[in-house]
Amino acid sequence: MTGAYAEGAAGPRKTEASGPLLAATGLRVTFPGRRGGPEVRAVDGVELAIGTGEIVALVGESGCGKSTLARALLGLLTPSAGSVAFAGEPLAYRARALRAYRRRVQLVLQDPSGSLNPRHTVYDAVAEGLRVHGVPGGRDERTAVARALARAGLRPPERFFGRYPHELSGGQRQRVVIAGALVLEPELIVADEPVASLDASVRGEILALLLRLRDELGLAALVVTHDLGLAWNIADRVAVMYLGRIVETGTVEEVLSAPRHPYTRALLSVLPGGGAEPVVLTGEPPDPARVPDGCRFHVRCPVLASGEAERAGVADACRTRDPAVLPAHGRDAACHWAAAAGREPDGRDGG
Amino acid sequence: MSLLEIRGLRVTYGRGPSAVPAVRGVDLTLAAGTTLGIAGESGCGKSTLALALLRLLPSSARLAGTVLLDGEDVLGMRWGRLRTVRWAGASIVFQGAMHSLNAVHRIGDQIAEPLLVHRRETAAGARRRAAELLEQVGLPASRAGAYPHELSGGQRQRVMIAMALACAPRLIVADEPTTALDVMIQAQILRLIERLVAEQGIGLVLISHDLAVLADTCDRLAVMYAGRVVEEGPARTVYDAAAHPYGRALSAAFPRVGDPASRRAPRGLPGDPPDPAALPDGCTFHPRCPVALAGCAEEDQPLRAAGPGAHLAACVHVAGAPVDGPAGGRP
Repeated sequence: MTGAYAEGAAGPRKTEASGPLLAATGLRVTFPGRRGGPEVRAVDGVELAIGTGEIVALVGESGCGKSTLARALLGLLTPSAGSVAFAGEPLAYRARALRAYRRRVQLVLQDPSGSLNPRHTVYDAVAEGLRVHGVPGGRDERTAVARALARAGLRPPERFFGRYPHELSGGQRQRVVIAGALVLEPELIVADEPVASLDASVRGEILALLLRLRDELGLAALVVTHDLGLAWNIADRVAVMYLGRIVETGTVEEVLSAPRHPYTRALLSVLPGGGAEPVVLTGEPPDPARVPDGCRFHVRCPVLASGEAERAGVADACRTRDPAVLPAHGRDAACHWAAAAGREPDGRDGG
Repeated sequence: MSLLEIRGLRVTYGRGPSAVPAVRGVDLTLAAGTTLGIAGESGCGKSTLALALLRLLPSSARLAGTVLLDGEDVLGMRWGRLRTVRWAGASIVFQGAMHSLNAVHRIGDQIAEPLLVHRRETAAGARRRAAELLEQVGLPASRAGAYPHELSGGQRQRVMIAMALACAPRLIVADEPTTALDVMIQAQILRLIERLVAEQGIGLVLISHDLAVLADTCDRLAVMYAGRVVEEGPARTVYDAAAHPYGRALSAAFPRVGDPASRRAPRGLPGDPPDPAALPDGCTFHPRCPVALAGCAEEDQPLRAAGPGAHLAACVHVAGAPVDGPAGGRP
């Protein structure tokens, strides 16, 4: 097979001069409610774009819809509204088209112990993608598997061919999973909590690998995580998701150093080791089958509860008006109070 | 007298040539009303240590050393006395509340059970106390009739904490109590634990792989590697200015959001933690150590004084005098 990546090529590879590599427009995914209850709005109107060679972190708590959004972006779920486009082309939900798509966009799952078959060798695990996509076996396959393993940091690759998952450490298993994604030479990987089950010292090594793959191969990545530290470590842009909607977006520096949405601020304030006064939200994220009216965060919002929103004259809007869906690009927060504060130059220090 | 004093604790799984040393000589002390954090990665022996404190290990484990709880040696206790001490003297909160609760019993009954067994309370008295405990951990007493599957992960962890508090123990050992939880729920649970420790004067041993969580929550912090404590000291000092190269690497592996030094610079440590069944000679950290000297492959290091506040580290680069036995002194 002809490698799209020349070995040792410098600089990101460009597929297209303009336009995002992967884009979601007005994306909604709903599931039928349980026992005839209201439908579950897991993804409730999302605009998201990932450029060539860009690493975007999609951050949120369990149940916010981030994994559902990732599955919809991969074509594993058919959206109920809106569309997903790759390199400018809308996804066609037909088996053959989806198969071709999944060759260019690969999924890396969390928990490598669960996603590797214990009875397959490392070689088989990595070669599986090639076989699924009908790439002929033989010497080309061996070369491709060796190259993928080497890129994932398992060197010399031949030494790992015959090993079984139980003979590897957690970090090595995660590298095998990544090699399995790399072997098809995708342009984008979607990684769902890629380091959540790994030890801290190994976590840093795997994140460094994702950064290196971007720098050396121009591989774009959407990293789905609840870990803001991970976003700070490797991402270019970040999208914060709450109850099916992106509530804040921008570059990592913008969002994590100067958060505007009260939810992002609260998440940052409870990061351990920070030393800042934590804003601990009470309760748990509400049910996506019962998205509150008005701003979906207003029932837990510390800015509304403290009267800050009232003083800014937006409290009514918080309770009754759903903030507009954020555009895929740029710096923004879906918050009436932040919008009001933004109009007054020094109105932002209150919260 | 300290609430908890661990001296020369060793735990070995199996016998003969295939014996695996999981804990290899640990000395630690804890005063009532304070919190000791134990940090380390998978396989470092921290969970084995936690279980050893209450002799909850499988029969293949052999223990040596002493564990003094209020001056009484837990390892030498007779079975009947040990049963009384578990729950009433010391209790344990395990990781993964999902699996530690009985799926077919209502949570109120599960909280009441130790009260009926260990305190001989009446059914009505135990029910009343269970309702109180639920309120203490921030759950409405009306939830007593719920089954575990009806609760979220954070709520289940609160139930586990209520159970641990049931018999008003002097010591609580919490093994990764917030690991599977989201950051916001984790913050709620940690605040709850902090408040209970302060209000009730409980001693808490908090075990986690997350050094940042421990630095925030604990008074003192011990870092374990390959079955030994390689660094111990005031929690904030160990997190911000570790003296052992492993402590430094572990601390650097937790990114500080907003700190330019960790932006686009994830830091790990090459290699993997050693297999307890095949530990390297000398200092067990030397194969991964960025500052190892030639002698480190042969000679292991004792804990040495590394700074004020009884800060200790077991490294050849730490110049202080070797320390014998438990560090003991509070800062």
